[in-house]
Amino acid sequence: MDTNIGMRSELSRRDFVKGCVTLTAFMGLPHALVGKVQETAESDRRLPVIWLHFQECTGCSESLLRSSHPTIASLILDKISLDYHETLMAGSGEQAEKSMHDCITANKGKYVLVVEGAIPTAENGIFCKVGGRTAVDSLAAAAKDALAIISIGTCASYGGIQAVPPNPTGAVGVGALVKDKPIVNIPGCPPNPYAFLSTVLYYLTFNKLPALDALGRPKFAYGRRIHEHCERRPHFDAGRFARAYGDEGHAQGYCLYQLGCKGPVTFANCPVQRFNDVGAWPVSIGHPCIGCTEPDILFKTSIAEKVQIHEPTPFDGYPPVDTGKKGKGASPLTTAVVGLAAGVALGAGAMMAKNLPDSAAASKDKKNP
Amino acid sequence: MHHNDFQKQEGRLFTKSFFVLLALVLIGAVLIGLRFTKGLGAVSNMSDGFPWGIWLAYDVATGTAIACGGYTVAILVYIRHNMHYHPLIRSCVLTSMFGYALAGLSVMVDLGRPWNVYNFFIPSRWQLNSVMFEVAMCVMTYTLVLIIEFLPGILYSLETSEWRRLRAFANWLHPALAPDQEKLSGLIDKVRRTAGVIRPWLDKVLIFFIVLGITLPTMHQSSLGSLLLIAATKLNPLWHTGFLPLLFLVNCIYIGYSVVILESLISSYAFKRPYEVKELAGLAGIIPWLTVIWLGIVFGDLAFRHQLSAAFRLDFYSGFFLAQVLLVLAGSVLLFRARNRTSPRWLFVSAVLIVLGGALYRFNVYLIGFDPGSGWRYFPSLAELMITVSIVAFEILGYQILVKLVPVLPRIHMHGHGKPHGTHHIENKAPATKGLPDGI
Repeated sequence: MDTNIGMRSELSRRDFVKGCVTLTAFMGLPHALVGKVQETAESDRRLPVIWLHFQECTGCSESLLRSSHPTIASLILDKISLDYHETLMAGSGEQAEKSMHDCITANKGKYVLVVEGAIPTAENGIFCKVGGRTAVDSLAAAAKDALAIISIGTCASYGGIQAVPPNPTGAVGVGALVKDKPIVNIPGCPPNPYAFLSTVLYYLTFNKLPALDALGRPKFAYGRRIHEHCERRPHFDAGRFARAYGDEGHAQGYCLYQLGCKGPVTFANCPVQRFNDVGAWPVSIGHPCIGCTEPDILFKTSIAEKVQIHEPTPFDGYPPVDTGKKGKGASPLTTAVVGLAAGVALGAGAMMAKNLPDSAAASKDKKNP
Repeated sequence: MHHNDFQKQEGRLFTKSFFVLLALVLIGAVLIGLRFTKGLGAVSNMSDGFPWGIWLAYDVATGTAIACGGYTVAILVYIRHNMHYHPLIRSCVLTSMFGYALAGLSVMVDLGRPWNVYNFFIPSRWQLNSVMFEVAMCVMTYTLVLIIEFLPGILYSLETSEWRRLRAFANWLHPALAPDQEKLSGLIDKVRRTAGVIRPWLDKVLIFFIVLGITLPTMHQSSLGSLLLIAATKLNPLWHTGFLPLLFLVNCIYIGYSVVILESLISSYAFKRPYEVKELAGLAGIIPWLTVIWLGIVFGDLAFRHQLSAAFRLDFYSGFFLAQVLLVLAGSVLLFRARNRTSPRWLFVSAVLIVLGGALYRFNVYLIGFDPGSGWRYFPSLAELMITVSIVAFEILGYQILVKLVPVLPRIHMHGHGKPHGTHHIENKAPATKGLPDGI
């Protein structure tokens, strides 16, 4: 199969349908809904989108440009109305600012705000200015009437590399500033463009945002650990590890855990939905996962640092062993009895300590004055 | 064995506490019956994720540490040759005997398929690389050794007792049921003579069992730590370390000494005897050095594994870790003051703190720090707890009865002045003399 379809300029009907099937599966939806997703992808309904860039490298946009089902062109022209995107738009200066302003006023409460990059807050946010306004102000103005916010990339989600101590610019993610809007975080450095596209398509199809985990990430893309789907997992289970870059094990494609792979603690679907439409992802080309979707790992632990595996999960290729019965917790009666017994024991201990003579001399004196 | 070091505790057998403890034991017996008829799930909250519940964490892992008094005092008496601790040994061996026998019983209750247990006695089926096999073997052998160590006391009282309780019971029975007086006397005589034959012989070979009684706990107490070595991904890194066996061994020794102090203080208090402060102060002087070594290993190891920050993260695990450390530390700091070591009150407080801290360490390793995977949870059910409570109650009950039937407790007039000796013992408070038997 030609996986290199991104290089082609035209998208065949067959590839389009395949793309819709992929996205449906990607979102964890039943196969029966493929038609509905396809219908949405074909429909003329366009979602107004404003895309703001702050402290970032544009890697997330770059990654999105390399998606092919749908291609970014069809996404921009057919699915969404990308009214403001500093890298992609043709206009510049006052004209561009006006376009954003118009979109905000015309689509009050109906547009989606996409943020790429962290927002500097130190020294009144002077570290990042567009059109004379600080990033904090631009974000506040654009977020006010937004339907929802999608933070694309780890910088916009959690601050990213800008927020690593000493964090001179006081960089934070969108969630730290905007509290009153639904926020979907699509972390990654860069994130998989399909996580973003699927979120948009999910919204267009169902008119609601997908289910999110505790870190605000869509569960369909960030619900499982890299380790559970990794193609090198059988090597891990068999204890075959690459010990150094370029050694025998590395050449054999063994597990990269000993080189510092963060797969066991990183929630993302990279091994399943790979990058650049050519079936590649870091681990497949011999580099350990750096945990780019995890706020506490990326840039905070060194790439070579081995992670501790607290909750080992079986390889997803095995039949499930989880019966759903996870043991019984405390019952109110038991805790009450335990609490009561502990209290009585404490009281008895205290009484006992009180009744015991304090010193040898004192008690003797009492006995034989 | 120097039988003059010990004496029987006088008093009635059937006291109020006897019946309370008996009731608890009976409740537990019913629940254990339920476990064997309806299965483990009927009484316990254990699951595939937590196949080791409170029975293992308390009765086996913690209970045997608490029962280490016999082991630790034996080290002092027979290895360090500090004979002035000898009067403590019999009561320590008695508590150890109950602790270990009941730990074995708990395992039988806990085993999912107890009917397979006979395989244990078939050497061809032994798995000699298994830590669990070693623990099982040691606990069973040590229980036997403890019984043999305690036997001289029983034989001695069989030989010298006047059998008043048995005679009174025979008289109390309906004449139709009562045995013939002469026949009874003959029977008693036979038992006495047999005991008299066995006892000197046993005294000769006893040293072999004493050596075993020191070797076996050293082996299996460290193995109780080794058991968790395999759970590298399940046990929190605050506790999982290659030093687990050493930590468990040192831990059991200081718990053992602390329990000896507690047991002596409580029985002196309950039976209104003088406090054995001199012996206890000696033990109390050893404990803080052991805990300092132990805490040194704990923190040195954490630093070596770069886990110190995890210890002070103040989350769920670090909370329990710090509680365990602070309890042990507080008790040890108290014991570093010489004055506190001679005060029954402060001896009691510090021993309680150290036993709680040491026991919490074992709970942390076996239950609290143990996470078999996301979603699994465990808290003992009421029935499960009651079985443990009844086992503890049985220990106390057995101790309470045996000290009245067999000379176990240290003799009060050890120094031969006809009345309690002031310099070595602190008189118990007001009602004390009332309870003292005549002639002492």
